[in-house]
Amino acid sequence: MASDIDMNTLKTMAPGSEIDGFRIIDRLRAGGTAFLFRVEAINRPDIDFPLVMKVPMVGRDQPQESIIGFETEAMILPALHGPHVPRFVASGSLERNPHLTMELVGGDGLLQIAAAAPLPTARVVELGAALADAVHALHQQNVIHHDLKPDNVIIRADGTAVLLDFGFAHHAHFPDLLAEEKRFAAGSAPYVSPEQLSGSREDPRSDIFALGAVIYQLATGKLPFGAPETLNAMKNRLWASPVPPRARVADVPPWLQEIVLRCLEPEPDARYQTAAHVAFDLRHPQQVLLTPRSTRSERSSFATQFGLWWRSRDERRQLQRKPQVLVSQSPVIMVAVDTSHPDDARHAPLQWTVRQLASLNLEFRLICVSAIRSASLDESGGVADSASGLQLVHRVRLRNWIEPLHLPAQRVSLHVLESGDPAATLLDFAKSNNVDLIVLGAPAPSETALAWWRSVASSVTANAHCSVHVVRVPSRPRADWESTEYPPPARN
Amino acid sequence: MKIALLSDIHSNIQALHACLADARARNVDRFAFLGDFVGYGADPGLVVDEIIEHVAEGAIAVRGNHDEAIYSNSIYMNDSAMTAIEYARQVLTAAQTLFLRTLPMLVREGTCCFVHASAASAEKYPYIDSPSAAQRCAEVSETPHTFCGHVHEQLLYFGAPGAKMTLFRPTPGIAVPVPSHRRWVALIGSVGQPRDRNPKAGYTIFDSERNTMTFCRVSYDHFATAARIREAGLPESIAYRIEHGF
Repeated sequence: MASDIDMNTLKTMAPGSEIDGFRIIDRLRAGGTAFLFRVEAINRPDIDFPLVMKVPMVGRDQPQESIIGFETEAMILPALHGPHVPRFVASGSLERNPHLTMELVGGDGLLQIAAAAPLPTARVVELGAALADAVHALHQQNVIHHDLKPDNVIIRADGTAVLLDFGFAHHAHFPDLLAEEKRFAAGSAPYVSPEQLSGSREDPRSDIFALGAVIYQLATGKLPFGAPETLNAMKNRLWASPVPPRARVADVPPWLQEIVLRCLEPEPDARYQTAAHVAFDLRHPQQVLLTPRSTRSERSSFATQFGLWWRSRDERRQLQRKPQVLVSQSPVIMVAVDTSHPDDARHAPLQWTVRQLASLNLEFRLICVSAIRSASLDESGGVADSASGLQLVHRVRLRNWIEPLHLPAQRVSLHVLESGDPAATLLDFAKSNNVDLIVLGAPAPSETALAWWRSVASSVTANAHCSVHVVRVPSRPRADWESTEYPPPARN
Repeated sequence: MKIALLSDIHSNIQALHACLADARARNVDRFAFLGDFVGYGADPGLVVDEIIEHVAEGAIAVRGNHDEAIYSNSIYMNDSAMTAIEYARQVLTAAQTLFLRTLPMLVREGTCCFVHASAASAEKYPYIDSPSAAQRCAEVSETPHTFCGHVHEQLLYFGAPGAKMTLFRPTPGIAVPVPSHRRWVALIGSVGQPRDRNPKAGYTIFDSERNTMTFCRVSYDHFATAARIREAGLPESIAYRIEHGF
């Protein structure tokens, strides 16, 4: 039963009434803890997009969590920007006119989309990668969502995922109102990570777990851990592995099972460390390194589960890192390799640089790209990433290029991109794969034969969305680059 | 309105000038000085003159224990601090000392309460060194936003009215939302003698329109300040503290 205050709130919020500079158009629905109204701004020509006003249910009958959730969202949403969150417009004070007004995001709710699950693999990948991009964008802004689920995701017409409802969220640089309210702090039962159940609020990898649960649901139509109603029933995810997706839907490819189960690892260290890495693997299935996870056909053995359960009893080894720190320690590095000119003097310093960069970051992903002029572009002029004959030659050269660096296979991927405009192709590829750093060779001072290098390097440097590391061949090459034992032996 | 809060300047004119310039560059509308203008450092007169000028232009200023020690013998000080107080007593003019005498203990304005140590027993200068000490302060101040100095560190305690408070360590330069339906006790840091192993001067900006607090740290020539302290014949330990923010 709603309290008096709620009834009053509702009465004053009839269509046409004005609140804090906004006019109510109609009531959308009552969410779990708030009323939602479609509103328009009065005398605000700068706002040219539809608006939604969220009014928290306040009153004696309402659980405290709805108020703290409202406060939390009102603190965090104004600090967020970009296409993956609704644009914040205004908020009212909790005492006088509590409301949170933001962009009404158009598109399809992931909840409705998920109702049709199991979805075809291509669609799962599309949605999963879009969602991973959104999560990554959030983590880059130092925020953990903590309540990722289909209800809280809208897919815009262009395929972009938008995250809603920051009532459980945590901002690394803001006071955490929920930290003292641990009994409320866990998200929604089917998606919540094991460490959240233990009260953790500061690990961005909790979102990776929920992301895995959502992708699992899209691929199989089932929830990985069901929908438990008690805390004890939820806690089985501290040690239990879910039924492998392929045991539910045989069409799920092994690489997708690999990605999903890696997201759902009970131990955060065993998961993907950033959502950008998840998005990357979803978009490049041929680059996913398959482990026994990919072929598992049933839950882990009793002995394994018992071992995990036993370990989960111990103090959890929590190496918590702020979202941005984790993101910056898990960079996606892209190196552009000119496989059309294998004898180029730039290869040695470029390899040396990549080795240096890789040694600085434990959790890097290295994308080795060769942008080649295509022999024959397809009709659309697009980029082909298939294994044609030309592709194969360059792919082998790429592999030979990276092999001497002895980097772990699961951290490296190889891509041959055919295009008429290598610079634009490199830039597009970097952006769509959340690359943090592009490494490429500089044009030499007097270069005519390799003129395209000049244009590629300068165009990439000028237009990249991220940092660019331009590697130059020194006028006096290092002795170790001259040796046949290139690259130089690793230091101990 | 944006108000810059500066405390524990401790006769460090270089740090004060750096913070004032930084605050002006951030378009603050007003200043509040939360005590301990003198003590420790070599330039108490210059600092007090600067405060007098700002108060004449509408700034808020409250009294700290070092300010009181200039004209009162009832304030306890350790030896090196006492040496610096003796030095300041000699250096300060009668007018400057009179200004310190006339400072209020505590000022309330709008949603804010300004005090040197704590609103609870302000005249005893207790340290807010625990959530319960912060809660006592918030209960007496009775305002959503309470600003204190005295502990020489930037910290923020928060809680629902009447409930126990939680400690939050702010990241410099980030505008932290501080909605007024909660209680916030901000320890704004020290301009002239930071003690968190970071020699940068500390102050805080409160934006009363947006309800945010930004904890700022400002670089200045702290070696020059340390040199001035040695030149004035003040204890080496004070100069060392300035150099190391310790």
